[in-house]
Amino acid sequence: MDKIKCECGHVNPEGTVLCESCGKPVAANQHIDGNDKSKLLNMRYEGSARRSQTYNRSIVDKTWNFFSSVKVGVMLIVIALIASGLGTIYPQEMYIPQEAENRDPAVFYEDWYGITGKIYYQLGFHDLYSSWWYMIVIALIGVSLVICSIDRFVPLRRALKMQKPKRHNTFLTRQRLFNETEKVSKAEKEALVAGLRKKRYKITEEDGNILAEKNRFSRWGPYVNHIGLIIILLAALLRTTPLLFLDDTVWVREGETKVIPSTEGEFYIENEKFVVEEYDFNDPEDAKFKDAIESRGTTVHKNYQTDAIIYEAKGKQVAGQEPELEEVTKGSIQMNKPLKFSGYTLYQSSYQENDFANMTFFVYKTDDEDRESLGEITIDLTDPKDEYELDNGIRLKINNYYADYELVNGEPRSVSNYPRNPAFVFNVFPPDSDESEISFVGIGKNIDATGENEYKLGIQGFNMLYASGLTVRRDYTLPFFIVGAAIFMIGVIQGMYWQHRRIWINPHNDGIILAAHTNKNWFGIKKDIEYAIKDTNIQMVIDQEELEEEKERERESKEG
Amino acid sequence: MESLTSISSTALYTAFVLYLIATGFFGATIRDKRTTDGKSGITGTIAITLTIVGFIAQLVYFITRWIAGGHAPVSNMFEFVTFLGMSLVLAFIIIYFIYRLSVLGLFALPISLLIIAYASMFPSEVSPLVPSLQSNWLFIHVITVSLSQGVLAVSFVAGLIYLIIQVNQKERTKKTTWLEFILFSLIIALGFVIVTTTFNTMDYEATFELEENGNVIEKTYHLPAIAGPKGGTLISEDRMTPLFNAPEWMQGEDAPRKFNTLVWSILSGVILYGLIRLVLRKRIGAFIQPFLKNISPNLVDEITYRAVAIGFPLFTLGGLIFAAIWAQIAWDRFWGWDPKEVWALITWFFYAAFLHLRLSRGWHGEKSAWLAVIGFAIIMFNIIVVNLVLAGLHSYA
Repeated sequence: MDKIKCECGHVNPEGTVLCESCGKPVAANQHIDGNDKSKLLNMRYEGSARRSQTYNRSIVDKTWNFFSSVKVGVMLIVIALIASGLGTIYPQEMYIPQEAENRDPAVFYEDWYGITGKIYYQLGFHDLYSSWWYMIVIALIGVSLVICSIDRFVPLRRALKMQKPKRHNTFLTRQRLFNETEKVSKAEKEALVAGLRKKRYKITEEDGNILAEKNRFSRWGPYVNHIGLIIILLAALLRTTPLLFLDDTVWVREGETKVIPSTEGEFYIENEKFVVEEYDFNDPEDAKFKDAIESRGTTVHKNYQTDAIIYEAKGKQVAGQEPELEEVTKGSIQMNKPLKFSGYTLYQSSYQENDFANMTFFVYKTDDEDRESLGEITIDLTDPKDEYELDNGIRLKINNYYADYELVNGEPRSVSNYPRNPAFVFNVFPPDSDESEISFVGIGKNIDATGENEYKLGIQGFNMLYASGLTVRRDYTLPFFIVGAAIFMIGVIQGMYWQHRRIWINPHNDGIILAAHTNKNWFGIKKDIEYAIKDTNIQMVIDQEELEEEKERERESKEG
Repeated sequence: MESLTSISSTALYTAFVLYLIATGFFGATIRDKRTTDGKSGITGTIAITLTIVGFIAQLVYFITRWIAGGHAPVSNMFEFVTFLGMSLVLAFIIIYFIYRLSVLGLFALPISLLIIAYASMFPSEVSPLVPSLQSNWLFIHVITVSLSQGVLAVSFVAGLIYLIIQVNQKERTKKTTWLEFILFSLIIALGFVIVTTTFNTMDYEATFELEENGNVIEKTYHLPAIAGPKGGTLISEDRMTPLFNAPEWMQGEDAPRKFNTLVWSILSGVILYGLIRLVLRKRIGAFIQPFLKNISPNLVDEITYRAVAIGFPLFTLGGLIFAAIWAQIAWDRFWGWDPKEVWALITWFFYAAFLHLRLSRGWHGEKSAWLAVIGFAIIMFNIIVVNLVLAGLHSYA
């Protein structure tokens, strides 16, 4: 097929439904938009020649046509919607509750939810959103977005550029809003145009034919927002590369200085102090929450905070050698207040209180039932001394220190360097004596190897140390997401909060034909026309669709 | 502070009563013979004025509570759901001034009343903010989401009206049954409010003792227990013994108690619905239909679409973009597939599909109306079920 020449002289591309210039239906193509079966013209995309509606021969055509169908797009959206819903039936892998006895997905789902849980896990729904098929659905939505947009945007833009104020009679009479007024004076016509101008319509006139148009830009809204969505999808793709997106965790105890992982040994963090605060309704500031806290029956946390110093390692790094550190920044990291430095962001994400800061021991006579203290010592567990002397002259020598005690194959071991389960082997020297007894003391353990010891040690108390869990992030993809989201919002607002309205005024004998079209909000365009014709005898347009529907209803009620 | 809090609750109560009276006036407009095509006459003017005064009263509630608590009152279920009711009223007022359709008020206000009444079933003390909520994004995010949901609820209201007008009531069909089901759901909500209010005023309490993870704990019901907690022993005296136990697979916080409340709501809903049917001697839809015969279904359909067109961008902004920004600041990731996030995405997908389907001819009118109803059901699901049943980061009630 070749280009189609309309009787108005305009040459339209192959596949055109309504002449781009005058709107006259192209007889051979009326089936495309279903105009052959209805009284009113389908004005979608101005009846322009879309590739998807024109060619259907090669495999490329067929693929293109498949993805350019809005119905296919909607189907994909519905599939994504249902799939997303499936993923919320049971918690996703990463939300398996802390209190579960076994957090291994292979066990957890069957354990908690029985047979349905097992099936859920076997279908891979426990990690649904990163499953290959979910990603494919999302990717197909992306493809559909691109193809749909290109298929329509190009011809639509062309048609709207080509449109002329003079329209073919068939085009006008088959608009949803249409009416003819037999006699219209020049003054009335001018009043009508002035009224439309006041409503901010742009007027184009050609040989007495008038086109009043406003907000054409809103027609581009869908394409703009689709661009935004594509950028977001591409950003999500970029995020999978470690170059642009980095995610790590660091646990750092109070007083500890530690290299920040994933920074290639460049940055260090010192946890000066970790703070947990609770609401206290005795404090006048929090008194207003008294009722709520009391009725809840538990305390409510107010703040989690790590006071941190960030250092940068200076000079060349030598293995096994402590680097020279230079302070970069200092501040407190709280929830909702992350700390930023050199492209990295540190977030307060969790905390633990399972390390001991110090322990206080007291010594008493083995045969003393009241366990009267003969003296106390406090041991700093991060830096224990070799020997301690009590007030009454008893000396304690640390023979062995297990920070994280455990019996491994009958041998006492420390399974980590963190004081999580401290235990000591002491040499206890009575006052003025060089002969020592051996005592083994830990949490819930107090062993006298010989059974003949004169002195015993007891635990008086201890202080715990907080370890703060911080997330380390460096995310260069964020700007892409922000740009994508911003473009989407601009597009969607442009398309939804404005409507492309057009009113055609074509002379007809002594009167005029008035027809109008809008892509949405028919109520609004009718109000515009009512306003513009209010001081004239020009007939208000008739809503032909409403008329048809009313007839339909009457017919139905008569039959019924 | 005390006085501010009491001003606040009085203002909320005032708003509630005003909405109730306004509903009556909106009801009168459809019987008003002088007003053709459902547009406003004097009764309509009174009705909308009362609505606006009620809205201002609720605004007073909102602002005084904000001052008293030191943070935006949108931080727990009571506050959020109350605000949703208020958003629906605001959205209705705006749409009313565009289209001047009184009948919208007749449906929008009762739904808003139900929502506010539902909110009042949650603990209403001014509560402190946990660290993750201490951010200005709390009010930016929640208020935008809520406003958008208010606007989208108007599309549901319009859709419902459209269906009542258009569904052929001459014989019983699938459509009439589904329409009755929608109305029945609203009656269940009413049943819930009536039952809970009744037993709350009676200070009803039934305590159970049960073992959980090796500890003996107590669970208190505020409604007579039809469905008791599994393995629980009733320790309160003179209280009804449960007829059966709540199913074990319900895992959420206090699931048995919530399940019991659900059973009560459905039971009372069934009774209420049955009584109404007995009095009317026809389907509720069939009863309302003749009152709406002067209303142009085309206009109502357009309101359905317009409300979605206004609500969708707002929802994207509040429910996805602002949500993502805040999640990035508070939880170090802007998207984490938390159930609430997923359901926000589902809502977004759904309305996106709605808007695309509007491009096809066959999807105007009735199909659109059904979709608007489903959309609202999804929103409600996200507020009620996701918060109360699927535990996640958003369960703050």
